[in-house]
Amino acid sequence: MSIPRPLLQSNEAQLIKRICDGEPEAFYELVRPYERMIYAIAISILKNPADAEEVAQEAVLKAFSNLVSFRGDAKFSTWLAQITYNEAKMKLRKARPHLYESIDAQQQNEDGDYSPRDFADWRPIPSELLEVSEIRETLLNAINLLSSTYREVLVLRDVQLLSIKETTTILGISEAAVKTRLHRARLLLRDSLAPGFDGFWSKGQTYRKVRPW
Amino acid sequence: MAIIEISCVEVWREISNYLDEEISPDLRDRMEAHFSACAHCTAVLDGTRNAVALLGDGRLFQMPEGFSKRLYKKIQGLP
Repeated sequence: MSIPRPLLQSNEAQLIKRICDGEPEAFYELVRPYERMIYAIAISILKNPADAEEVAQEAVLKAFSNLVSFRGDAKFSTWLAQITYNEAKMKLRKARPHLYESIDAQQQNEDGDYSPRDFADWRPIPSELLEVSEIRETLLNAINLLSSTYREVLVLRDVQLLSIKETTTILGISEAAVKTRLHRARLLLRDSLAPGFDGFWSKGQTYRKVRPW
Repeated sequence: MAIIEISCVEVWREISNYLDEEISPDLRDRMEAHFSACAHCTAVLDGTRNAVALLGDGRLFQMPEGFSKRLYKKIQGLP
């Protein structure tokens, strides 16, 4: 079975019309450009690839059955992201209610200034290093260490590159809250990636004790 | 016109908005004047910018092998 290539020419409104007119095969074309986004949102909440995939599939099926109610007020991608976000949250609540509560409790504490933990002037980590699975793991671990409030905003804004407005719609929070959480998330992430006292990302013996590369 | 100085704490508070160009031109000028004189804040800015750039690289979040194919099958099973 071959996977159809997305028809870049056909716009989403036309695809949606075709699907609603009884051509469900067109649905995969519609969601395919957003597969990665759906997966990233789900895994940023659930942290587990198998759960994330399950939720991604459920979200897509839900989008299909609710497609007639899609009004086009927001972009289709935003609507799909919102469904995915809600499905992932629901799954998390069902699976780990105690954890969910403790995360909610943490959310209270986002006011106040954040001071960087250190001022290391590190050499930039070149993006080519993302080819190395160890580097990817380290970054993903750093993201997973953030509380979910911060992680969600960070993934939508900085991984999926969605606008502030889209992020407010998906998460149902204000623009000010998006900015504050994003700010905190970025600085926390920087802190956890800070290379320590010798300031090297790819060389240095002392440094190797702290980082795997 | 002289640029009014701002403190490190004020700079940290706005670093994320600075990266997103979500600040007034006036504040941007003041922050840039601060960065040119403060190595600590510049290090925080550069490190944050680097982290943000890595996040936006499509290679970071990799979908599980066969994800697309399984999703396609699910959709094919739709009525």
